Amino acid sequence: MIGLRQTAKVAFAAALLGSVSMVAALAGEVDNYSPVTQQRLENPEPGNWLLYRRTYDGHGYSPLNQINSTNVKNLEPVWTFATGVNEGHEAPPMVNNGVMFVATPYGQVIALNAKTGDLIWRYKHTLPEDLFQLHPTSRGVAMWQDKLFLAATDDHLIAIDAKTGKELWNTKVQDYKKGQYMTLEPLVVNGKVMVGGSGGEYGVRGYVAAYDADTGKEIWRTFTVPEPNQPGGNTWRGDDWKHGGGSVWITGTYDPKRNIAYWGTGNAAPWPGDQHPGDNLYTTSVIALNPDNGKMVGYHQYHQNDSWDWDEIDAPILIHDMSENGQTIDALVHPARDGYLWVLKQTPAGIEFVSGKPFVGQNAFKGIEPETGRPIVDPEHKPTTGKDVSFCPSLWGGKDWPSASYNPETKLVYIPANNNMCETLKGEKQKLVVGQLWLGADADHAKLIPGADHIGELQAWDPATSKQVWVHKFPKTQLFASTLTTGGDLVFVGGTNDRMFHAFDAKTGDLLWQMKTNSGIMGMPVAFEVDGTEYIAVQSGWGVDAQRIQDMLAKTDWKLNPDVPQGGVVWVFAVKH
Amino acid sequence: MSNDRRTDDKTCCCDPVRRSLLQLGAVATAAALLPGKARADDEDDPRRMERPQVGDFLVYAGGDQEGALIIEGALNVGDEPVLAWATDPSRKILRDGTRLNQILVVRLDPSTMDAETKSHAAAGFLAYSAICTHMQCTVTGWIPEKQILHCPCHQSEYDPRHDAKVVGGPAPRPLAALPLRMVDGKLQVAGEFIGKVGMNKQTM
Repeated sequence: MIGLRQTAKVAFAAALLGSVSMVAALAGEVDNYSPVTQQRLENPEPGNWLLYRRTYDGHGYSPLNQINSTNVKNLEPVWTFATGVNEGHEAPPMVNNGVMFVATPYGQVIALNAKTGDLIWRYKHTLPEDLFQLHPTSRGVAMWQDKLFLAATDDHLIAIDAKTGKELWNTKVQDYKKGQYMTLEPLVVNGKVMVGGSGGEYGVRGYVAAYDADTGKEIWRTFTVPEPNQPGGNTWRGDDWKHGGGSVWITGTYDPKRNIAYWGTGNAAPWPGDQHPGDNLYTTSVIALNPDNGKMVGYHQYHQNDSWDWDEIDAPILIHDMSENGQTIDALVHPARDGYLWVLKQTPAGIEFVSGKPFVGQNAFKGIEPETGRPIVDPEHKPTTGKDVSFCPSLWGGKDWPSASYNPETKLVYIPANNNMCETLKGEKQKLVVGQLWLGADADHAKLIPGADHIGELQAWDPATSKQVWVHKFPKTQLFASTLTTGGDLVFVGGTNDRMFHAFDAKTGDLLWQMKTNSGIMGMPVAFEVDGTEYIAVQSGWGVDAQRIQDMLAKTDWKLNPDVPQGGVVWVFAVKH
Repeated sequence: MSNDRRTDDKTCCCDPVRRSLLQLGAVATAAALLPGKARADDEDDPRRMERPQVGDFLVYAGGDQEGALIIEGALNVGDEPVLAWATDPSRKILRDGTRLNQILVVRLDPSTMDAETKSHAAAGFLAYSAICTHMQCTVTGWIPEKQILHCPCHQSEYDPRHDAKVVGGPAPRPLAALPLRMVDGKLQVAGEFIGKVGMNKQTM
């Protein structure tokens, strides 16, 4: 860690690079705020981060290259900001022309001067006294015009004035007392604020809904689990659909060319598949929705009758004009919780399977049907009621919700993977009690493969050939954080239990730089630019499932210390000049 | 937040058989379904929000015996705990206005309890807040081999024989204890919650 004097020097040098700051911040208010339009969302300026993954296609890529594989070794902190709360800080710091908006656990949004770290305003949503939080986190605020949108864990969608931090409207989406909650960053398309609901462990029925950005009124709602008389309804038994899961808790991606929003869906509920026989559409799927009216225009189910808690929640990365076996396709790429790297393609008829290949040890599928991509499940490794069943990867999967990224320069996908970790589940009949956890199984039985020396792997894959190009293995730690890739041939990721923030060479996988932060990093890194200087920002704040894995690792032969310190801090880095 | 009551691997749950609480329809042969309303006529009656009061009785919160008084013969020593609500002595006010009022009732061998815990017990019955002090999930799990209460959300574990101290997982402090007494074979609240119900409010 550099000293304060050095930090100040970096900030000073950065300040000198631009003569006029792009934003003026009065005490408690942003002056000259740049409204976020559809045109800007579809073609964001290189220096801004206006969407969950910066661009609608979900690349998690910034074209900025001032910080690059040559000089990243000189990366240093410019400023930090303590959020004041514990638990998992997972949101990307959103940046709009010099103003940063940071969402934290417990319904907090902080507006900061992105260059100096000075506080502009702080919004705090009052959460109900009796709220229970299975996942106390937020994955960010969405932007539209001069508003921000927060999906809170008490299942309220809230519009905030980006300039002042004042609440503009507050809409109850569903009832938190029934285990319905939200953690995702909303997706905004043409003034429609789309959200999905969490609660797959409480027996909810998943949905995506759109709200009017100006009024907060619901425009449409599409359930991810159909009623019996709807298409796909025959893939459920009896009333199972009423509490069938399929929650939606990670931001969708969007293809403006087709006007289609793609959303990943969660596990079927409860966990053991024999308790909800059938394929269980549209759980563990990608669904394609028209954002104007919510109509489903396509889908692909990655695996049927989910029994492993493998939410396929992360929306696919969209790669237009990808070469694949001599063809040019508009690809949908999904490194999945089920441990397969799925490549699909968008066609006029909908979504079609292209290829699937495991990227971690996987014993639940014997293979996949070549035409449809339907997994051929090994019943010996499919959890069921009344019997201990082991399977790999664990319920956290080959890659959980943290996002992979795609670099259009290297044409590689960077996957934060977890390998060598398996699970044993024993299904048990549990009566659904509203507001109580409903797993249908005895959980918390993850184990390491004997002899394993690592779990976390940063993997680089060529989606056009489905071949791994490089892998970096992290000894004795999970890797539980999203990746950022940049035009500087870099990949940034936190996610390890040693509190490190890492930078890798995007082409070779060489570790070029790392620095220990205050806590473990679950946050999504971003790149932005103010007054001609490129910065990298990330929240450090450990908790939620990263901590649950740590608790599990503490019980293994690795005997790790379960105490990874908590407490959120926003970190902003730049290269010393 | 540190957890100074975290214990070593010997006391952490590694391979237990966990069970859900008895409120899910288990048999309670000695429970008495007494006449009278278990719920106030006025759903907005503020007394429903009040924490359990001295003199309140306890009733099953769910399952086949929902609304029935919990009496001395309801549980055997070591049985799975049950979820309960408090009801005023007239049984007109059920204090179910907030889930923060949910109570766990368990019956254990008094000789295994420490002195402080024993002072809250009645005929081996113990009552605790059912709200986990970590993230306020309902503590619905039971590890019979170790007689440990278990929260399924984030794997916090509490020892009911020792004032529900934390013996595993992320919970920062024990469950709040609710002193009991036995009156005419019925479980009655003998004191207010000892300790805070639920989690600490995050401060900034």
